Amino acid sequence: MKILVSIKRVVDYNVKVRPKTNASAVDLSNLKMSINPFCEIAVEEAIRLKEKNIATEIVVVSIGPPEAQEQIRTALAMGADRGILIKVEGESEIEPLAVAKCLKAIYDAESPDLILMGKQSIDGDNNQTGQMLAALAECPQATFASELCIDGGHAVVTREVDGGLQTVRLVLPAIVTTDLRLNTPRYASLPNIMKAKKKPIKEMSTDDLGVDVSARVTILRVDVPAKHAEGVKVADVDELLDKLKNEAKVI
Amino acid sequence: MMSILVIAEHDNQNIKEATLHTVTAALALGDNVDILVAGFGCAAAITEATSIKGVVKVYAADHSAYEHQLPENMALLIKEITFGYSHILMSATTTGKNIIPRVAALMDVQPISDVISIESQDTFKRPIYAGNITATVKSHDAVRLITVRATAFDAAAFTDNPALVEVIDKVHDFKKSEFIRDDLAVSERPDLTSAKVVISGGRGMGNSENFKLLERVADKLGGAVGASRAAVDAGLAPNSMQVGQTGKIVAPELYIAVGISGAIQHLAGMKDSKIIVAINKDADAPIFKTADYGLVADLFEVMPEINEKLLKYID
Repeated sequence: MKILVSIKRVVDYNVKVRPKTNASAVDLSNLKMSINPFCEIAVEEAIRLKEKNIATEIVVVSIGPPEAQEQIRTALAMGADRGILIKVEGESEIEPLAVAKCLKAIYDAESPDLILMGKQSIDGDNNQTGQMLAALAECPQATFASELCIDGGHAVVTREVDGGLQTVRLVLPAIVTTDLRLNTPRYASLPNIMKAKKKPIKEMSTDDLGVDVSARVTILRVDVPAKHAEGVKVADVDELLDKLKNEAKVI
Repeated sequence: MMSILVIAEHDNQNIKEATLHTVTAALALGDNVDILVAGFGCAAAITEATSIKGVVKVYAADHSAYEHQLPENMALLIKEITFGYSHILMSATTTGKNIIPRVAALMDVQPISDVISIESQDTFKRPIYAGNITATVKSHDAVRLITVRATAFDAAAFTDNPALVEVIDKVHDFKKSEFIRDDLAVSERPDLTSAKVVISGGRGMGNSENFKLLERVADKLGGAVGASRAAVDAGLAPNSMQVGQTGKIVAPELYIAVGISGAIQHLAGMKDSKIIVAINKDADAPIFKTADYGLVADLFEVMPEINEKLLKYID
């Protein structure tokens, strides 16, 4: 079974971002970049399926600037077999719909049995690309996955939904997007980091794929939302309840 | 004239509270709001939808293919009825986020997720970077597909003047996905996302049994009980209770954070609450910077005390 995993290069989750002074966009200059954490979980899940001899090959694809090669190398060091980098020129990043169209082109070329992706990226927080790829590829989908079993030609997926958990069974090929509790990704070992340098990464452009990546949505401005003001410390339970009753009037 | 289609979320009996908030967002875009109720044995939900104030027409699709609102079948159904609509809205719940992007791709539209403010027909505000940034975005697509964050809009009211019903007989069955089971948390308490009072526990709760300390107080206040991601990851509470960026977004009148340090991911899920109370024995916990009232104390001493003294204060 061949698995395709898509990953995104994003600002590291420990970094606090700010708008540029003209509020036109988020200031990304000189920030630490990493694999999107949900994508990293998708890579880990693919490697576990390979270690169980369910998967035979793991192909990692990223759509982004030339530097996204670093994130592909990280995935290769974790245990993926080869990479594909679809380079996007210029500063602006492409939208989920265009990413889904690029991934559809890779899906057609690679014919994977399973596509694993993060449920969302921690920059745009859209939570769209997997569902859109599933529609374009006419595949079934399972989002918010917290458990995945491959059973013959099916994927049985437990999903974290608002009310609790839901389990669905999908005919392969299928698209599964990962939630936090699916697994804990491994760290790449030094020997594996060295080995990953020899693994192949194929580079291409969005033009090579024939995908129109022009923007459908313009960001007019970005702002820091108003903070909930820091209030007062109360001495004891009586003062707290008195303030909630008589000052805030919420009990 | 703008026509807006809302996709209802329901359990075949009742319309989910979040859908009522989405109808309010739809009414901010235009007066001509229709709603789709697709389910199985869902007559009660259809009837409830007809009584939502502001809804003109209810599309009723009642078939086993729609019983669990699987996104593959829902997307095909929704795409079929979109003609003439300028906007298609669904709440930004796990169900809405599962369905709307799939519909959007079938329509070649870039959807807008998690809208918290409607500025105009084509311009919206939405949080990015875990709520640390608010983006104002303008859509250039002819049709706008939107998921709506329920806490940013009031719930629509009900009316005695029912909307008309149009039955959809056509069945879309994608056949490549199958519902196996739901393991839903059963609670007598109000839904976290719509409760007026939410009391959440963090890793400081120690074990799941100790959440009873919060439940007793929540029950006196008619509130819901939540948990931080740290508490859920430590196995103290189920994932359905998680409040935060990757869990539920809540904005109650009163939010009480107990034994929660206040990670950014947690704040993203509750910072729009009207009044925030923090109870933590660590005076330097970041949660105090976001709290209207902070009490530096051992939760195991003060929660029983609050429970005991509360009756004197509530009417």
